[in-house]
Amino acid sequence: MNDAPLLEVAALQKRFPIGGGGLLARRAPGLLHAVEDVSFTLRAGETLGLVGESGCGKSTLARLLARLLDPSGGSIRLRGEEIGGVAAQRFGASPRRADIQMVFQDAEGSINLRHSAFEAIARPLRRLRGLAGPALHGKVTATATLCGLPAELLPRFPHQLSGGQKARVGIARAVATEPALLVLDEPTSALDVSVQVVILDLLKSLQARTGAAYIFVSHDLNVVRLLCDRVLVMYLGRVVEEGPAGDLFTAPAHPYTRALVGAVSVPGRPRAAERVRLAGEPRSPIDPDPNACRFHGRCPIGQDRCARTVPPVHALPGGRRVACHFPLTDGALAAA
Amino acid sequence: MNDVAAATLFPAAARAAPRVPVLDVADLSVEFRTRSGTVRALDGVSLQVHRGECLGVVGESGSGKSVTAYAVMRLLDPAARITGGRITFGGMDMLGAGDADLADLRGRELSMIFQSPRASLNPIRPVGTQIADVLLRHGGVTRAQAPARAAALLAEVGIPDPERRARAYPFELSGGMCQRVGIALALACRPALLIADEPTTGLDVTTQAVIMDLVLGLAKARGMATVLITHDLGLATEYCDSIAVMHAGHVVETAPTAALFATPRHPYTARLIGATPRPGLALGDLASIPGSLPDLRRDDLPACRFLDRCERVRPDCAAAPLPRRTEAARMVACRYPL
Repeated sequence: MNDAPLLEVAALQKRFPIGGGGLLARRAPGLLHAVEDVSFTLRAGETLGLVGESGCGKSTLARLLARLLDPSGGSIRLRGEEIGGVAAQRFGASPRRADIQMVFQDAEGSINLRHSAFEAIARPLRRLRGLAGPALHGKVTATATLCGLPAELLPRFPHQLSGGQKARVGIARAVATEPALLVLDEPTSALDVSVQVVILDLLKSLQARTGAAYIFVSHDLNVVRLLCDRVLVMYLGRVVEEGPAGDLFTAPAHPYTRALVGAVSVPGRPRAAERVRLAGEPRSPIDPDPNACRFHGRCPIGQDRCARTVPPVHALPGGRRVACHFPLTDGALAAA
Repeated sequence: MNDVAAATLFPAAARAAPRVPVLDVADLSVEFRTRSGTVRALDGVSLQVHRGECLGVVGESGSGKSVTAYAVMRLLDPAARITGGRITFGGMDMLGAGDADLADLRGRELSMIFQSPRASLNPIRPVGTQIADVLLRHGGVTRAQAPARAAALLAEVGIPDPERRARAYPFELSGGMCQRVGIALALACRPALLIADEPTTGLDVTTQAVIMDLVLGLAKARGMATVLITHDLGLATEYCDSIAVMHAGHVVETAPTAALFATPRHPYTARLIGATPRPGLALGDLASIPGSLPDLRRDDLPACRFLDRCERVRPDCAAAPLPRRTEAARMVACRYPL
């Protein structure tokens, strides 16, 4: 691990045009602000968790970083090299494709049903590393073994594999090219707890071996806690809080983080009566008010100022950042 | 049994003896006939739920949680056959009931919240109309009163602007909203028993907490019995009074929630708790459960279906019958419990 960051993301933005267009359209097309002004850095060997509700933009951000989507603005630098400008369609031919790989949420749906496990793992090696023949065969078998997939399963097709085995194929395929950055989009959400532990162990041991950096997208905070060094909390496209996983979970500084952490149920612990509950639904991400906090309206401590100005980003001790007018620092937390 | 008899049976039973369970499933066995053999999906399942109580049914996928729910609702697939046992609901024998009686019962005394909120609603009818349908069929509501009652129910489950939302189609509502509509549907006629099959899977944690508070709050307020089917041990501990752990079609352990976590007695329960992430534990503290569920099509299934995965297995574990030890409020189906 050296000190220069592997990945530097600055003011990253993604807006999807929706509606409008066509002959009968009278209104200008709206813009869905999926990811807005996201900045962070990531070092080799580090794991960054992305958490938030569905629709908060965490999957869009993951796809931007994996270069499957084109950003509308901002920059993505990998080892100092700007990769955000390469169109996603042409990124497949870029030499950087092998450096960034993705593990998808639905192992079942993301593996070609007509490809055997061997073929699924072999394709990126053939296309991105130019391997063939015995070298390819050897690398596929080695990668599969590394991922706990016995060689006798390699000729099998997805429907002949269990859920855990399919998850392993999805991971083996992504790590085959030895990427420097692995983007994991809810890799264990479809698995039973008994299998989930095995897959999380596998991811951790792979990281120890390869030194890859992980972006780990999950809605399960109990899992994020296990795997991540730092966590970004997103709300409606914006990062509302960032910090080391331990601190962020024990003393959340943003009211949204506090609600999120409070909503997690803990096995063996009876329900806490004083949990914070969020009323209502998130605002629409289409053309949001540029001069309001996006959490305003659902926020339990929101005030008039939150509707008029976008909250500033406060730096807190311990490398934490929070975007709120009234962050829950130690004093405020005790009073709340 | 006619309509009137079905209506009076339950309240009478509840008044006479409060400890008579609302739902009593005894020794229930279900098989599915498939092309590749007979799947012994449930074997000797027993569960009881009392008035005002919430029972959690937890287990991995394929353990028989949903089959149990569908058997109670008598909504099993035609390929399924109930090969033994009894299901008694409010004193009524569910297995002997005819289709007409069941249709009267479902939605009025016995209702269910389904796993995928959007898929369980009719996509081409406004949600208010769907609630009105239930009220017209079971609730003794006139056609003129129905829309207002439907809107009132939507308001009760926390949907803002209910009159307008009643005219919305399911695709116009978010997942959390659709699940609220599903809850309003299930609770429209104040049932005695609610079966919630993974009611919050696919919803966000923040929404999940709100929905669960809503369901269990209404259940407690109305003295309803609730069965919560979930794979999420955390959710079950927060909301359930007692928990039944299922594995491969067996209920392996039943216990009050706190006792189950403090002193799990079945090796599977202990492994399940040990595999579940929670604060204060690092990845290295968690242990996976080796192996997988046995093939339930096998003709030579051992009495204990966990023995291949169990580190405490002894030679006589395979011998029938599977012992089911009962003491106080607990049951454990193991010859050598912890």
